[in-house]
Amino acid sequence: MASGSQLEAIKRAKVLMVGAGGIGCELLKTLALSGFQDIHIIDMDTIEVSNLNRQFLFRQSHVGQSKAKVARDAVLKFRPHISITPYHANVKDPEFNVEFFKQFNVVLNGLDNLDARRHVNRLCLAAEVPLVESGTTGFLGQVTVHVKGKTECYECQPKPTPKTYPVCTITSTPSKFVHCIVWAKDLLFAKLFGDKNQENDLDVRPSDGTNSTNPTENVFERRADEDPEQYGRKIYDHVFGYNIEVALANEETWKNRNKPRPVYVRDVFPDKLILQNGSLEKNCVTEESAVSAMSSLGLKNPQDIWSLAENSRIFLEALRLFIEKRQKDIGNLTFDKDDQLAVEFVTAAANIRASSFGIPLHSLFEAKGIAGNIVHAVATTNAIIAGLIVIEAIKVLQSDFQNYRMTYCLEHPSRKMLLMPVQPFEANKSCYVCSETPLLLEINTRTSKLRDFVEKIVNNKLGMNLPLIMHGSTLIFEAGDDLEEDVAANYALNLDKALAELPAPVTSGTVLTVEDLQQELSCNINIKHREEFDEEKEPDGMLLSGWVAPTEKDARLVSNGESTSAAQLAEKSDEDGIAPARSGTKRKQSEMSEMIDNIDDMKPCSSLDIGDQLNPQEVEDNDDDDDDIVMLDENPGPSKRKKLQ
Amino acid sequence: MDGEELTEEETALYDRQIRVWGVDAQKRLSKAHILVSGLNGTAVEFCKNMVLAGVGNLTLMDDRPVTEDVLQSNFLIPPDEAYYSGRSLDELCCESLKDFNPMVRVSIEKGDLSQFDGEFFDKFDAVVVSCCSLKIKKAINEKCRRRPRRVALYAIECRGSCGEIFIDLQNYTYIQKKSDGTAECQLKYPSLEEAISIPWRDLPRKVSKVYFAMRVIERFELSEGRKPGETSISDLPLILRLRKELCDAQSLSESHVPVSLLERMLAAGGKEHPPVCATLGGVLGQEVIKAISGKGDPLKNFFFFDTADGKGIIEDISNSSTS
Repeated sequence: MASGSQLEAIKRAKVLMVGAGGIGCELLKTLALSGFQDIHIIDMDTIEVSNLNRQFLFRQSHVGQSKAKVARDAVLKFRPHISITPYHANVKDPEFNVEFFKQFNVVLNGLDNLDARRHVNRLCLAAEVPLVESGTTGFLGQVTVHVKGKTECYECQPKPTPKTYPVCTITSTPSKFVHCIVWAKDLLFAKLFGDKNQENDLDVRPSDGTNSTNPTENVFERRADEDPEQYGRKIYDHVFGYNIEVALANEETWKNRNKPRPVYVRDVFPDKLILQNGSLEKNCVTEESAVSAMSSLGLKNPQDIWSLAENSRIFLEALRLFIEKRQKDIGNLTFDKDDQLAVEFVTAAANIRASSFGIPLHSLFEAKGIAGNIVHAVATTNAIIAGLIVIEAIKVLQSDFQNYRMTYCLEHPSRKMLLMPVQPFEANKSCYVCSETPLLLEINTRTSKLRDFVEKIVNNKLGMNLPLIMHGSTLIFEAGDDLEEDVAANYALNLDKALAELPAPVTSGTVLTVEDLQQELSCNINIKHREEFDEEKEPDGMLLSGWVAPTEKDARLVSNGESTSAAQLAEKSDEDGIAPARSGTKRKQSEMSEMIDNIDDMKPCSSLDIGDQLNPQEVEDNDDDDDDIVMLDENPGPSKRKKLQ
Repeated sequence: MDGEELTEEETALYDRQIRVWGVDAQKRLSKAHILVSGLNGTAVEFCKNMVLAGVGNLTLMDDRPVTEDVLQSNFLIPPDEAYYSGRSLDELCCESLKDFNPMVRVSIEKGDLSQFDGEFFDKFDAVVVSCCSLKIKKAINEKCRRRPRRVALYAIECRGSCGEIFIDLQNYTYIQKKSDGTAECQLKYPSLEEAISIPWRDLPRKVSKVYFAMRVIERFELSEGRKPGETSISDLPLILRLRKELCDAQSLSESHVPVSLLERMLAAGGKEHPPVCATLGGVLGQEVIKAISGKGDPLKNFFFFDTADGKGIIEDISNSSTS
């Protein structure tokens, strides 16, 4: 039970919750029951059906409404006299500035993406408000406490950015199902149904390296009078047949790889009669939401793994349905995991490609999870984590910093512990976020444009939303909508210039200052010119260091869910995610926290066994007969993290 | 809930959790029937979890009227006297829980569970008891053990910021996934009676202190004829005397049952710290889901949580664990 002094602190506290989803619902409920009386909650999302298995404050009738508002209403039902202020907004909005954050005693995160977490981390540091972070995936979860000056900030330990793949793997040499999904989603789907003006590598020929602008481009354009079914077969033959034949022509590529098999409609449906789907429900009610190739073909079970023929039927039927029933969507669609027809199309396309390359096929259920970056989630883990968050929050309110803990909820117990508390670490002295360490950027100042620097480094790596870039006292770039026309025009010009050609030229030895006023983060970057960069290992064409960078298994070029022409930030996932174990690396303390914070690599890691491989620092028992052993971390690792004293 | 396949509705609603435990487990859950006797804060959390998970049937038993104390850790009941007056706790919780998932059948059962015949338990896959004296816990456990088909028993106890879960799965066989394939595992659980009869000095070293503290207070309530949770800090002197008696009889140093721990638990009485309810209810939910689905290593056989050190500890208190 909360003691008298705890109750006092709780009653007086003003708390900010960021996120009203899986963790948020459980957290709001527990905070209210625990006696908190002034809670603010920010969430930009609306309620979806798939939320209802765990976000228990919501009902079927609430689908489409604001999570923050509905959560508030639901909790007020059993605690009518407390104050809950909902914000149906993005936490990155300018209204949530440092002043806003300063009014709170503690901030509690229940977020589902890295980007927002970093943003909140910076604001909490700037406002000097303690932050309790958390994350869950399946049966795994964690809670961490971040207090400026006392512990690590959320970014002291690098968080791996989501997995991306080299373009050639996607366009020419897939070896895993996920490669086929990325192809189907970001190339084929985008080409057929997305913005026609977007760059698309679908017809890239690895042999000549040029983007094809020859007549075959017109294959994807459907003439107004072209029969949809015929068009579909033409597309099928082009991407699964012709394109493969072209790829096979380049012997080099296949020297050490299994050759793919081109697939044509006539191979799969030798007897043309079988092809006539005779859609079972062709003349039935066809509201957009009911348009489905699966229904049309009588394939009911999303868990089934379809044969090549079935996948092909789905592919053709889905394509036909898009054309016949959703014509107006064509040209401005992006893949949406909740768009049944899109999921069917992508699944089928990925499977046909997989079949070509000898990769095992997957069910729609599995494909949807991969394509949609779906994070698996259950209510129980969220409930456990919410309880732990409140326990930490109460300690924070009392400044009981000796007792702050990072707590891990494991799937398999480690030394009898299912819930494992660990002492927080001191701040990382080379953390550019909380320790103001300068960074080093190696870049070709003659060929790299300012735009590349802004997108790849400032936005992506540094996570700044509204940056300001200065060279000495000269402002060379500023983001924002409220700039004067001539100023904005000037910046636009700058963006297209190479660094060395800027009015205040940026060359080796230059120090750039990058700031985000909203996040109150300022960062100095030392520039060093370098001529060459390895395309595979350094696909960005620049290298940022001094900032402890995540290790990455593959060269980064294309990420699942993003356009092939830009490396963007983490994609939003449904729920807090977990990064998979990095093979070959011994798992350390730091990796634990990274693991649980971040977006899953695609496949659920239900068999992830963190406990066994960990050497945690066990927390001292505060008992009189202290015969418990405190295990010191024998391998403090390169960053030499120190335990809180 | 007829037919073999999950309905479209179920598939859509349960999508995220099916990705955790699979369709088969979900189907098994939808056929399961759970009894919850005693609706304290932890039990209510558990019920919420099971309803969200899509259990087939949930039967509630708790005849008590709603009081201020009860409302403290209950998020299912609006604090409106006009609404709850004259109605029992189980009725109100039932109404509220139904709302969380219309596909789950939530019902109530009236009467004294400890008086029911054995056959009553046959329809349940699992029985969860809380707000329950040791005597009654044991009696219910025995009844469950005598049924032809296994009826799992879970007993939860939450005193302030300390919690305990006891699990009895009797003889439990399940498939364990290993890196090199699968293996059949067999676990033999002791009854509550058997477990707590194990001499303290025979237990593994460094068993959670919460275990001993719970046993002392349990014994105290028994000998003083108190209702479960009917303790206060003024009972400390008597408790300390009992502690000495028990520890002497068990040849165990009293330091295994720290005064500070007993104080906290006594002072709380029957009150529960809501974050502990959430944590315990979550762990219990996971365990019951594992047992019903047959997937995942079940916890054997005690779980302890204490906010003082923040550890969630599993203790195997059975003859197989003694030296």
